[in-house]
Amino acid sequence: MKKDIILAGVGGQGILTIATLIGYAALKRGWNLKQAEVHGMSQRGGDVQSHLRLSDEPIWSDLIPFGKADIILSVEPMEALRYLPYLSDEGWVITNSTPFNNIAKYPEIADIHNRVKEIKNHILIDADSIAKEVKANRSMNIVMLGAATKQLGFEPDELKEAIKTIFSKKGDVIVEANLRALEAGLQLG
Amino acid sequence: MEKLMLLGDEALAQGALDAGISGAYAYPGTPSTEIMEYIQRSKQAIEQKVHRTWSSNEKTAVESAIGMSYAGKRTIVCMKHVGLNVAADPFMNSAFTGANGGLLVVVADDPSMHSSQNEQDSRFYGKFALIPVLEPSNQQECYDMVFNGLTLSEKYHVPVLLRLTTRLSHSRAGITTRQTLPPNQLHFPEDPNQFMLLPAFARKKYKNLIALQNDFLKESATSVFNKKHESEENRRLGIIACGLAYNYLMENFAGKQIPYPILKICQYPVPVEAVTELYNSCESLLILEEGMPIVEEMVKGFSWSGTKPIKGRLDGTIPRDGELNPNIVARALGLPDKVGADIPDVVAPRPPQLCIGCPHADSYLALNEALKEYGKGHVFSDIGCYTLGFMPPYQAINSCVDMGASITMAKGAADAGLYPAVAVIGDSTFAHSGMTGLLDCVYEKANVVIVILDNSTTGMTGGQAYTAAGHLEDICIGLGVEKEHIRVFVPLKKNFDEMVQIYKEEIAYDGVSVVIPRRECVQTLKKKNKMEE
Repeated sequence: MKKDIILAGVGGQGILTIATLIGYAALKRGWNLKQAEVHGMSQRGGDVQSHLRLSDEPIWSDLIPFGKADIILSVEPMEALRYLPYLSDEGWVITNSTPFNNIAKYPEIADIHNRVKEIKNHILIDADSIAKEVKANRSMNIVMLGAATKQLGFEPDELKEAIKTIFSKKGDVIVEANLRALEAGLQLG
Repeated sequence: MEKLMLLGDEALAQGALDAGISGAYAYPGTPSTEIMEYIQRSKQAIEQKVHRTWSSNEKTAVESAIGMSYAGKRTIVCMKHVGLNVAADPFMNSAFTGANGGLLVVVADDPSMHSSQNEQDSRFYGKFALIPVLEPSNQQECYDMVFNGLTLSEKYHVPVLLRLTTRLSHSRAGITTRQTLPPNQLHFPEDPNQFMLLPAFARKKYKNLIALQNDFLKESATSVFNKKHESEENRRLGIIACGLAYNYLMENFAGKQIPYPILKICQYPVPVEAVTELYNSCESLLILEEGMPIVEEMVKGFSWSGTKPIKGRLDGTIPRDGELNPNIVARALGLPDKVGADIPDVVAPRPPQLCIGCPHADSYLALNEALKEYGKGHVFSDIGCYTLGFMPPYQAINSCVDMGASITMAKGAADAGLYPAVAVIGDSTFAHSGMTGLLDCVYEKANVVIVILDNSTTGMTGGQAYTAAGHLEDICIGLGVEKEHIRVFVPLKKNFDEMVQIYKEEIAYDGVSVVIPRRECVQTLKKKNKMEE
C-alpha cells in the first residue's frame, strides 16, 4: 500500500498543515512517510508544493517521480494544473476552485476550471465558500483535506483524531471549526 | 530509543544535541536555517546550556566554533553553501590548526538554486581543505553522521565537513535516536601551539595534514556509510551513487532485484580501492552525484581510466547542471520513464514577490520616483527579500551579487563616475557584510547613497534575530558617516512625498549618505500578534 501525494498552493495558503495532519494519521497506522517541503524565497507569494509519500514499505526518494503521483491535492486551481506532469494515468486531481490572484495576468478562471474538468479523475469544489458556510473561514485547506479523504485512503475518524491532536494547543474553538470544515469537505469527496 | 519525524536539518540538529555539543554557530541561509532554529527551540539545548545565538556572518560563526573547539568542547557551525565562501578563510586554516573538541562544519548546498545565487558543490571545499567529508543520503544518516563526524574530528584532530543538499534539508522522515553523550569538559589542546599558524608552525601542520590523508582514506574504505551492493547478474554497468543520488537510484529499483553492482559513497575522500575494483569488474561506469561532477572528474583522472566508458554529467548522460530526481536517474539507466500530462498553456508563472504591506514596497516606489530624472541603472542591491524589488511593478534594482556587494559595487561605480550611485541593502545583510564596505565609502568620501532597509529582522529566511538590531545609526556614526546625512523615515504610502524628498536631498549631497526606511516586517509582525492572541 502506498500513496504519493503532491500538495499544491501558494505560499501561506496552509498546505503544510494538510501535510502535518495526513502525516499524523499515517504514522498512527505505523506507515513510513517522507515529506519534501519548499522553504525560502518561494514562500513569499510564489507557487509552493510538498511531496508527501506514504507507504507500508521503505520509501527511498524524497521526491515523487514524474508520472507516479496518486493524488494532486491543491488549494488553488491553477496550482493544481502546474503539477500535472507528476500525475499517474489513474491519479486524482482534487482542487479548490477559488483562485488566489496575486499576479498581474491571472488567466481566465473558466479556462482553468475547464482544463481541470478534462482530467479523468477530478474533484473541483469551492472550498473558500464552503469554509465560510460552516463558519470556519480560515479552514479552506481543511475542507480540501475532507474532500480528499476517500482518495487518500483514510477513515474520517483518523483525520478527526489528527485535527484534535494537532490543533489542541490552539483551543477548542479552533478544533471545532476545523472539524466542521473537515465534515463539510467529506460530504463532497 | 525514540522515533522522531524530522526534516534533514532537524535530524542533524538533534544528532548534534545528542552527541554532546556545547555550542552551535550559524548565520541564517536557505536551506540550512532550520538547524539552528531547531536547536534554539529545543528544551534539551536550553537545559544543557548549549550556545545557540545567531552570529553576524558565517566567518564570525566559524571562528567562534574554532574557539570552542580550542577550549575542548564539541561544536557545530552551520551555513548555506555561499556562506562557506564568506567563511573560507577560517575554514581553510582550521584544517591546519585542526580541532581539539570535535568540530563539525555543516554546509547545505542548493543545487537548482531554489533560493540561491549559485549552485557550487561544497565537497570541493572539503577536498580543497584536505579534510574528511560526510554526505548523508537520508534523514537517519543526518542524525548518525554528527556522531561519526565529531568522533572522527576528535580522533584525528581535524575539522570534518558535513554536506547537505536542499531536498534532504527540507524533507521530513522518521529517525531513531541514540543514547545521549555527555558534553566534553573544558580542556586545552595537548600541544599549546596547535592553533598557532605562524609560517614555521604552519609548514609542519601542512605536512601533518598531508600525512593524515592515508588515514582518512582508510576511514572511507571502512565507513558504514560507504556500501557495496554486489551483483553478478550484469557486469555491463557499475554504478557509483553519492549522497542523495543513492535514493533516486534505489527508487528506480524499489521492490526489485538490482541487476548492477553499486557503490554508495557518503564519506570522502573517495574510497579509491572500492572504485578501482568496481571499474575493473564492469564494462562501464555510471556516476550519480547531486551537485557538480567531482567524483566523475576524479575517476576520469585516475591513471587506469580512459579505456571504458564513464557516464555521468560530463558526457551528457545526466544534465550538467541542476539537481537530480528519480526520472533523470531512470533515463540514465535506460529504464522506461513515464511523465504525466504537460503543464497546460493556461498556467501562468507565479514567481515569489514582496508581501502585501511590505515596507520595502513603499521604500522602492519612493526611490523610483526620486531617481526618475536620471533614468535606469543606478541601484545596486543585495541578498534578501528586497531582491524581489527587481520584479514588476517595482523594477527598482540593477544588481544582486553577494552579501554586502550593494555598498561596495555602488562605491566602485561612483569611483568610475556614475552618478547617482545608490546601494539598497537589508538591515541584517548590513550587519553581515555591509559595515566594512561602508567604512571604505567613508574613508574616501565616496559619492554614494546607502539605503539600509530596516525591517528589524532577517526576513527572507523566516524572521531570525540579527546582531545589529537597534544599533544601525550608532554603527553608521561610529564608522564616520555624518550625523546630518543619516536620514530615517517610516516607509508608508502616506509618507511618500517626504520619502522622495529625503532621497533627493541625499542624492544631491556629494558624499556618503545613509537613508534608513524603518518599519517592521509584516511577517514577523503577524507572528508576534498571533503569539499575543
